Amino acid sequence: MKGMSLIVKRVTRYTVGLILLFGIYIVAHGHLTPGGGFAGGIIIALSFIHMVLAFGKDEAKKNMPNKLISIGESAGALLFLAIGLVGIAGGFFFLNFFVNKGEPFHLLSAGTIPLCNIAIGLKVGTGLFAIFMALSLFRLAGKED
Amino acid sequence: MPLLLMDMVLFLIGFYALIAKRNLIKKVIGFGIMEYAVNLFFILIGYKEGGEAPILSKIQGLGIYVDPLPQALILTSIVIGLGVTALMVALCIRIYQRYGTFDIAQIRRLKG
Amino acid sequence: MLEFYVVMVFMILGALVAVELRGLLSSVITVGAVGLGLCVMFLLLRAPDLAITQLVVEILMLIVLIRATVGRGVSRIHCYSSFWIILSFALFSVVFLAASYMAIKELPNFGQALMSVSDFYIKNALTKTGAANIVASVILDFRAYDTLGEATVLFVSVMGVLALLRKKGRKAIDERDEPDC
Repeated sequence: MKGMSLIVKRVTRYTVGLILLFGIYIVAHGHLTPGGGFAGGIIIALSFIHMVLAFGKDEAKKNMPNKLISIGESAGALLFLAIGLVGIAGGFFFLNFFVNKGEPFHLLSAGTIPLCNIAIGLKVGTGLFAIFMALSLFRLAGKED
Repeated sequence: MPLLLMDMVLFLIGFYALIAKRNLIKKVIGFGIMEYAVNLFFILIGYKEGGEAPILSKIQGLGIYVDPLPQALILTSIVIGLGVTALMVALCIRIYQRYGTFDIAQIRRLKG
Repeated sequence: MLEFYVVMVFMILGALVAVELRGLLSSVITVGAVGLGLCVMFLLLRAPDLAITQLVVEILMLIVLIRATVGRGVSRIHCYSSFWIILSFALFSVVFLAASYMAIKELPNFGQALMSVSDFYIKNALTKTGAANIVASVILDFRAYDTLGEATVLFVSVMGVLALLRKKGRKAIDERDEPDC
């Protein structure tokens, strides 16, 4: 697909970073405010899709190699599983192994919950962006849409 | 209780689109509407009159809260619905590439 | 209570319009309006987590559906559904509504949830997990196994899409008119 006009490209340069920062904020504060890993991960994916829609997929393919997307998704899934399997020696699954859970309402509290949110945000974000790239790169030969 | 019955009517509208339309994308749309109806049903059951959102804050103590358990289950269901719809659309795109049409009556007749 | 009925009527009308419209692009956009109504309904029912998630999932679903239907569904052939399908659907809907009415009568009234299990979650979320968001502590600490299942389903669906749409297609068959019903 082709990119859009010049105004859209100029504005996209500024808004892509803001949307990505907002997505990371929602993932990081998942245990204090509504949101969490899933909503934040989808917002991160939407920021990359925003860039692809504005600049066209040929230019986006240069900046985002395939390997990075697949490594990111697998790393997110394996990290989530690893957090769950930490307590397997004692017979626990998904044990919140932090003894000192910190003070409530602070950013560094609640044990493993922020770590799980980060793993899920990474996985969902890169996975949904991979779906979008697969759908947009698939083109019938001789049919431009 | 009338709200729950109206929710069932929404489910039936989606079901009608799933079985009575010949276009594949209309069937996918009907599937999506059925999903909205089922998710809404669970959250309607867990509502408490005068309750607050289930997020604690420094200002108030333990008041009356809405049921957080159906919300946790439906959060999972919404994201899974997105994955299933993406897979269905990928299948539709492949079928269109193979047969040239979205009409299921013609897809049944064409052979190879 | 009135706002619930207003949003619900809006959603039902939007669903009816989305199902009966002729052009594919227009009906996809109307489904987006139904999803927005659902997001407002989640906000009115005091579920902000779900409202955020439903809004962004709706945006992504619209992008995926529009990608599949752009330029492929604007014919003008009128078609009719078979008579037997409509008759069986009418019979099924009568039976379904009667059965659901009898089942809904047994549930507690709207606005008086029982909450026999959730009392434990509400009382012990802050002391046992330290999180202020009770829904996050339920899905990531008390019931984390379900979240592992959800992560697996998302992973499999991403792999399925990537496996289906792998290489460029061959030359398409001549585009013929397709029905828009």
